[in-house]
Amino acid sequence: MVTVHAADEILEILDLVKDPEIPVVSVRDMGIIRRVEAGGDRLKIVITPTYSGCPAMEVIERDIAAILKLHGLSDFDVETEISPAWTTDWITEEGRQKLHEYGIAPPANRGKAALMGQEAVACPQCGSSDTVLVSEFGSTACKALYKCRDCLEPFDYFKCV
Amino acid sequence: MTDKDMLFDYLLRLGDNSLILGQRLAEWTGHTPMLEEDLALTNVGLDLIGQARMLLTYAGEVEGKGRDEDRLAFHRDTAEWRNLLLLEQPNGDFAKTMARQFFFDHFQYLQFEALSTSSDERLAGIAAKSLKEIAYHRRHSTDWILRLGDGTAESHEKMQTAIDELWGFVPEMFEMDATDEALLDAGIGIDVARLRPAWDAAVNAILAEATLARPEDSWSVRGSREGKHSEHLGYLLAEMQFLQRAYPDAKW
Ligand SMILES: [Zn+2]
Repeated sequence: MVTVHAADEILEILDLVKDPEIPVVSVRDMGIIRRVEAGGDRLKIVITPTYSGCPAMEVIERDIAAILKLHGLSDFDVETEISPAWTTDWITEEGRQKLHEYGIAPPANRGKAALMGQEAVACPQCGSSDTVLVSEFGSTACKALYKCRDCLEPFDYFKCV
Repeated sequence: MTDKDMLFDYLLRLGDNSLILGQRLAEWTGHTPMLEEDLALTNVGLDLIGQARMLLTYAGEVEGKGRDEDRLAFHRDTAEWRNLLLLEQPNGDFAKTMARQFFFDHFQYLQFEALSTSSDERLAGIAAKSLKEIAYHRRHSTDWILRLGDGTAESHEKMQTAIDELWGFVPEMFEMDATDEALLDAGIGIDVARLRPAWDAAVNAILAEATLARPEDSWSVRGSREGKHSEHLGYLLAEMQFLQRAYPDAKW
């Protein structure tokens, strides 16, 4: 039976599903969960890809199904929607914090000069803003590679989209 | 052609552009001049293949004959492909790959920007999603045009040669045919011919900054919309489709 609290409870369960490429953040932190539709006959989880070619989407879908089954749920569908397009603004404050602690500079907010490539990216290791872009594309399409001129460490920056 | 046939054809053109260029970029894996660029080109390729998946899935549904993205990608012969001739051209050296990318990134950005307000909501959604990624592709290829054009004598020479060699493939991007006109009238498609001035302005400015000469318009080729391709597409398809042709419907 579906209770009125179902959607919140489901979201809490979904917090256990981590981003396969950045395992310190959950798919919920990343804004990949668009919404949970509870209350009907079947539960519906609507997710969104971060990038069109994101190879992690199928894994995420599988992980969501697995965790729901583990919690005794079986009548559910996981659907993908692309509109409106995912934006880095949907990454939660907690998610940004976790990215930073993991050594990935979180995305600057949109509206700044971010999309023009003029964002000032702070080094997640030492906090210095004296950093330089090494490559527009880092270990995955969603990240760029930077280098810190102070501590000399290279680091990933989660690009704004 | 019925409206449905035309929309199918239109989606194939878009999806095939993304898939063929994505496949070309994948050929660079492990061969680029440096590691960062290896990651960059494969990531751009991955974005393009992601676009292709969305567009070809949609195309297959519009067609209504049960062909999914894989069926369309792996079981069509050259004459059924609708990608621009530019995109099937071999990678050549790094300068040539970048010239091809630069021409297309600037075109595709304008094309998808316009398509993002299409009256076809699904197409508009795909375009809006992809546009964010194309903005990064365009920045990446533009950076290389500037760096190689305004670099050493040798890099300048190679970049200029690449630009000259591919210039005749540019006009096809801005061509309108009966299908384009019909879909434009329906509010679904866009007028690519009207994108040319914006493309010219951006490309001219970058070529000038890169100390590269804009080539004279002399020769040009066309024909992809009628399935007339250069010989290169056949070789590309042979490699891309081999597994599915030899072992139909194989999965892993
Ligand atoms: Zn640092």
